[in-house]
Amino acid sequence: MKRSSLIPADTFCTHHHIEFSFIRSLQQYGLIEVIMEDDTAFIPGGKINELEKFARWYHELDINLAGIDAITHLLERVQNMQAEITGLRNRLSLYEPGD
Amino acid sequence: MTFIDYYEVLGIPKTATAEDIKNAYRKLARKHHPDLNPNDKEANKKFQQINEANEVLGDPEKRKKYDKYGKDWEHGEEYEKARSQRQYQGAGEKWDSHGFGDDSFSDFFASMFGGRSAESRSSQTKFKGQDYQAELKLLLTDAYINHQQTLTVNGKKIRITIPAGVENGQVIKLKGHGGAGMNGGPAGDLFITFIIENNTSFKRSGNDLHLTVDLDLYTAVLGGEITIDTLGGKIKLKVKPETQNGTKTRLARKGFPVYKKEGQSGDLYITYAVKLPTSLSEKQKELFRELSRS
Repeated sequence: MKRSSLIPADTFCTHHHIEFSFIRSLQQYGLIEVIMEDDTAFIPGGKINELEKFARWYHELDINLAGIDAITHLLERVQNMQAEITGLRNRLSLYEPGD
Repeated sequence: MTFIDYYEVLGIPKTATAEDIKNAYRKLARKHHPDLNPNDKEANKKFQQINEANEVLGDPEKRKKYDKYGKDWEHGEEYEKARSQRQYQGAGEKWDSHGFGDDSFSDFFASMFGGRSAESRSSQTKFKGQDYQAELKLLLTDAYINHQQTLTVNGKKIRITIPAGVENGQVIKLKGHGGAGMNGGPAGDLFITFIIENNTSFKRSGNDLHLTVDLDLYTAVLGGEITIDTLGGKIKLKVKPETQNGTKTRLARKGFPVYKKEGQSGDLYITYAVKLPTSLSEKQKELFRELSRS
C-alpha cells in the first residue's frame, strides 16, 4: 500500500480526541486494519470513514466494542438483504404486465 | 411553528436529572441513529428530533430557558432577542446560524436558541457531517448512455457524470457533499439512489434486455427478414423458416451497457409472438383449406 494513502493513527487520534487504545481494541476485534511501518501505526485512508463511524457509536451512543462488532455484522447483513431485495424487485418487473 | 415538548420526545418527566436525560438520549439515539438505520428516512427524522431535544435539555442554560417559557416560548423569544442584542452588541456573527446541524434543527429550536451557539460547538469533538440521502429519477433510455446531470445540493450546483448501465436501486456516493462537519470535522457524503423508469418496450434483467416481437404467420412459416428497433438503433434480423410461436433468439452484446465497463454490453433476447392473420378473403381461406388437406 502506498504511504500517501495511509493516515498516521496518532494524527487521527489527536484530530478526533480519542485514545490510541480504542483503535487498538477495534483492531483486536478485527473491525479495522492497522498497518505498522517503521514503528508507526497507520490506518488505510479508505477506512477513515468507518473508523469515524465506530468512534461515533462508542462515544455518542455508548456502544461498547462487542456491540460495535455485533452491529457491524448485522448492518452488513441488512445491506446485503437490501441489495438482494432491489435485485429481486428488478427481476420481478420482468414478469409484471407490460408498461 | 409548533411547540415541541422535548421531554416527551425523550420520554422523560420534567423532573429528570442530567443523568436521566443522558441515558434517555443514548437509548433513543441507539435505536434511531442514521448509521444504524441505513436508508430509513423516518429513523433519520426521529433522530433529528432526539438530537434537538438533547441539545436543549442536555444544556443546563437552555433547559432553564425552555422550562421557564414552556408553551409561551414566543414571549421568551422576544425576551431573548432583546437580551442577546444587549449582551452581544458588536460581537460580530456570534449567534449566526451556520455549520453542522443547523439545518437539522426545527424552526422552534432556531427561534428560541438561534441555532447552535459557537460555544457549544467548540466544546465538542470534531465529527463528520451528516450523510444525505437523495433519489434521482432517470429514464431507461438515459441510463443507456453516459450522461451528465447538474444537481443542486446545499445551494451549490454540482455536475455529475452518470455512467451508462446504472441499475434501478443502485446507490452512488458523492464524497463531501453531505451536511457540514461538526466543529471543523469533514463534511458528510451524499448518497444518490437511482430510480429508473422504463420508458421502452424492453424488459431489463441486469445487463440483458428482453423484447417480444410480433411475427406475421407467413414470415414465421417461410422465413424472412425483419427490422427491429433496439436502444442502440435499428437492426435487421433473419427469421428462420418454420419459426415457432414463443421462440427465443439471443443477440449477443445488443443488450444494456455494463456499468463502468466501456465497450461491454449484455445480450438482447427476442421472443417471437406469431400473429395469425385476420380478415381473410374467401380465396385466402380456400388456400388454407387446401394447405390443410395437403
